[in-house]
Amino acid sequence: MISFSAVTKRYPGGQAALSGVSFGIEPGDFAFIAGHSGAGKSTLLRMIPAIVRPSAGAVLVNGQNVGSLKRAALPYLRRNLGLVFQDQKLLYDRSVYDNVMLPLAFSELGGREAAGRARAALDKVGLLAREKANPIQLSGGEQQRLAIARAVVNRPAILIADEPTANLDAASAAAILEIFASFNQVGVTVLVATHDEALIGRFAKRVLRLEHGGLVT
Amino acid sequence: MRAWLRQHRQAFVSALRKFAAQKSAAVLNALVIGIALSLPAGGYTLLAGLRGIAQGATIEPQLSVFLKPEAKRAEAEALGSKLKADARLREVRFVPREQALKELQANPGLADVVAALNRNPLPDAFVLRLKSAEPEALEALARELRAQPLVAQVQADAAWARRLGALAGIARLAIALLAALLAFGLVAITFNTIRLQILTQRAEIEISKLIGATDAFIRRPFFYLGALQGLAGGLVALVIVGASLAALNVEVADLAASYGSTFRLAFPAPGDAVAIAAFSTVLGWLGAYLSVSRYLLEIEPQ
Repeated sequence: MISFSAVTKRYPGGQAALSGVSFGIEPGDFAFIAGHSGAGKSTLLRMIPAIVRPSAGAVLVNGQNVGSLKRAALPYLRRNLGLVFQDQKLLYDRSVYDNVMLPLAFSELGGREAAGRARAALDKVGLLAREKANPIQLSGGEQQRLAIARAVVNRPAILIADEPTANLDAASAAAILEIFASFNQVGVTVLVATHDEALIGRFAKRVLRLEHGGLVT
Repeated sequence: MRAWLRQHRQAFVSALRKFAAQKSAAVLNALVIGIALSLPAGGYTLLAGLRGIAQGATIEPQLSVFLKPEAKRAEAEALGSKLKADARLREVRFVPREQALKELQANPGLADVVAALNRNPLPDAFVLRLKSAEPEALEALARELRAQPLVAQVQADAAWARRLGALAGIARLAIALLAALLAFGLVAITFNTIRLQILTQRAEIEISKLIGATDAFIRRPFFYLGALQGLAGGLVALVIVGASLAALNVEVADLAASYGSTFRLAFPAPGDAVAIAAFSTVLGWLGAYLSVSRYLLEIEPQ
């Protein structure tokens, strides 16, 4: 489903963020990308939706080399991925419900079906009762859950999260990981980047460990 | 197709909300565009009225030849026969003094003055139309006729109307140039407004790109916003032109009455009004298109 083959990424200035990284993720897998800050976790995850393109090597998603995709093809790749970021990337000028509706605005779904889908996603993350609230009124954990609801509302086959628990307390972080695990149980492939070793230890999942841009396990 | 229409409706509603949310900025932009557009739109409307006057007048080369009061009718008829034989003339019309007086009496503004006269002061006259439109030919014939012993005065009637026509032509060109310049101005205003809007919505655009929105989807509300801004400016221009013409017509009516005329400056015809609004809408859209093309590519998810 996801395959990295000898992927290297050099940013302008010559510094290598990733160096010869190769691995594969099968459908339905749950894997952690572990490593210290600056190890290359974010760069690796950002290559899957082609936010960052490799300097060398190939990144395949569902057999498609995303590094060579044209700009016009990127939206269709990203619609099949659920993306969650450390900073949530929510819109604070609209309600919780409208944030979740955002990806459905350019789907083929009708109004009622889209509304039903958005409410189901909010229900799944425990925020249905707060659909009319503004995201600014939510706690950090709730905002992250809202970001997850938005990421899954289009029912993507792959869920990618970059440090989703970085700003949360231990209980909220565990709750967020439980949500990811529940999506994985219904067949969604999940990739989570984190530097929280304690959290990784709580879940018996595959770990891809990065050090200085290279994969060590 | 249904999804595409729904997306357009959503984009239009989103643009309408943003336009309404801008409040004072939207009103000021509409005023600036409206004032800028009202200059060429008002000029065009005034010229249309002026063209009406010029078309009502004689622009064809024409000479009015007034005979001396003592000229006898037989002498006038002899001159008429001579003129009819002149190859340079296309039409020779004799206007006897009695007919000239009747025409004067028919003018409501002069009826009282004519009634007060105890004799007909008007001379017999000929109205001549030339085959050639050249001013030199007109002048040469006028000189020859002035040399005739029976002739008191020769007047080139077409000259003022032709000058008016020429002036109207210059004014039309000036208005076209002004319209082109101000159109650039309108595009620049919309370009800048949309640029600011894009910067304000930078986060939303970035997030939309992250979750799979196409460029077309992201652009659409900005296009509608630019078009709405242009339309609002066009409507303001029409209101300004309408109000100005209404105010001017009070004075024009007085001036026209002194000439025995009921002339009024016409308001833009419905077709012209729609054309002005559509023109400003298209310019607004163009400004948005240029701005979006320039700045949207710069925003990419990080």
